[in-house]
Amino acid sequence: MTDDQTATSFDAHRCPNGHVSYPGHTRCPDCGEKQTETVDLADRTATVVTWTTSNATPPGVREPNHLAIVEFAVDGEAVRALGQLTTAEGVDIGDEVEPVYTEELREPGAGIREPDSQEWDGYRFEPV
Amino acid sequence: MNRVAIVGASMTTFGERDAWVRELLAEAGDACLADAGIGGDELDHLYVSNMASGEFEGQTGVPNALAHDLNALGAYTARIDQTSSSGGAGIYAAWQSVASGASDLTMLVGGEKMTHRTTGEATDVIASLTHPVEYKHGVTLPSFAGLTARKYLDEYDAPRESLGKVAVKNHQNGVDNPHAQFRKEVDLETVLDSPVVADPLRLYDFCPITDGSAALLFCPEEVASEYTDDYVVVSGIGGATDTHVVHERADPTTMGGVVDSSEIAYEMSDLGPEDVDVAELHDMFTILEFLQSEDLGFFKKGEGWKAVEEGVTDRDGDLPINTSGGLKSKGHPLGASGVAQAYELYQQLLGEAGPRQVDCEVGLACNVGGFGNCVTTTILERP
Ligand SMILES: [Zn+2]
Repeated sequence: MTDDQTATSFDAHRCPNGHVSYPGHTRCPDCGEKQTETVDLADRTATVVTWTTSNATPPGVREPNHLAIVEFAVDGEAVRALGQLTTAEGVDIGDEVEPVYTEELREPGAGIREPDSQEWDGYRFEPV
Repeated sequence: MNRVAIVGASMTTFGERDAWVRELLAEAGDACLADAGIGGDELDHLYVSNMASGEFEGQTGVPNALAHDLNALGAYTARIDQTSSSGGAGIYAAWQSVASGASDLTMLVGGEKMTHRTTGEATDVIASLTHPVEYKHGVTLPSFAGLTARKYLDEYDAPRESLGKVAVKNHQNGVDNPHAQFRKEVDLETVLDSPVVADPLRLYDFCPITDGSAALLFCPEEVASEYTDDYVVVSGIGGATDTHVVHERADPTTMGGVVDSSEIAYEMSDLGPEDVDVAELHDMFTILEFLQSEDLGFFKKGEGWKAVEEGVTDRDGDLPINTSGGLKSKGHPLGASGVAQAYELYQQLLGEAGPRQVDCEVGLACNVGGFGNCVTTTILERP
């Protein structure tokens, strides 16, 4: 959660049949229909599915890099996201985390991907 | 549909090589032509499996370069990129070309030149296959392996040591492979004490960065004996994809592409997992050998780790896995790996594997791209 007015939303995408995915896709991965709505995950908490600390990181990525796959519950649907953890201290499978906005998750120009081809801000997960 | 035979095969030494991708491809291609005793000008189709020669060394258009270097001008050429499973996808393309009748003689050469890059750079080239929402967090393929390994150990109550035993076994096999990058045994203590790369996985849970190339020659089965008496047959082959966004999988410890591609291959060959005598699996990370051995149906879900503990997958076990040393000790030049898996099975099925030889009539290779994003499974048999 954040009070920062510059923070973007953390959008999962929903089709008319109620399937939710993060990120969005051109067609719903479950039923193939267009996804017509978004659901902001920024103000919700999630559960840690699994996590790791990576000590061998590419150019422009913090080292060590703590990462987790987390699961949000949205109207009875489970939606997962992968992201950096603010800390791995005391984190375990099943723990609760909340999203925290960060302007730059890795240094855009340092890696192989063309910097302008994607966004570099987003949400880290902080243990609650 | 015509059955397809493999009548020639080769691989270069894997490891840190001075040669660049064009030279590595030509080395394996030349050796494969020599193995079958044919000239390059006899090839109808020539495929090159390669993931990223442009990104690694600024060399594009490799199939055309190879055709010229092998005196194969006039052949139809194409580069096959399916990331880490480019080799398996190349086998699929070569098989299609002959099975369809479009080509009477197809050569596939897979290769990659990687060691001139730093580990971080090479890791980033590979990580660039991920979705932007995962890439921006600095995710790498090794970190997906760490995430999956923690989930697997937790879910199935498997001991950490069982992962280390995969590395120990595959290094033992690699000692007897003259083409392997690492030809030395490691003990379990060394594996378990090595530096943490992606917790809970350590250095010895990962394959190295490698240069190398491998090649195979395909023709219709009915004319195979014109080339050689010693050939094998592609009796089943399947390819499938799983989610691009890895975190979207309902079960992080199952690779849907492995399940789906193997079902297709089993059905085509009229065989099941119980008929397989020897397998080459994509052990880019130790955890992947467990996932594939379960998703291919060799062992029940969550019990792949018990097989390595009990010695079932050893060279003298009921189902030897990675007799070549696997990617773990043989090395993993991305585009070459899937081709080299088939080269090992070719040698095993023809009884030419020397000290690595096991008793076998049916071999299976599973080649995994991304983190299970795209997979090909190939079944080879003696005719
Ligand atoms: Zn839907």
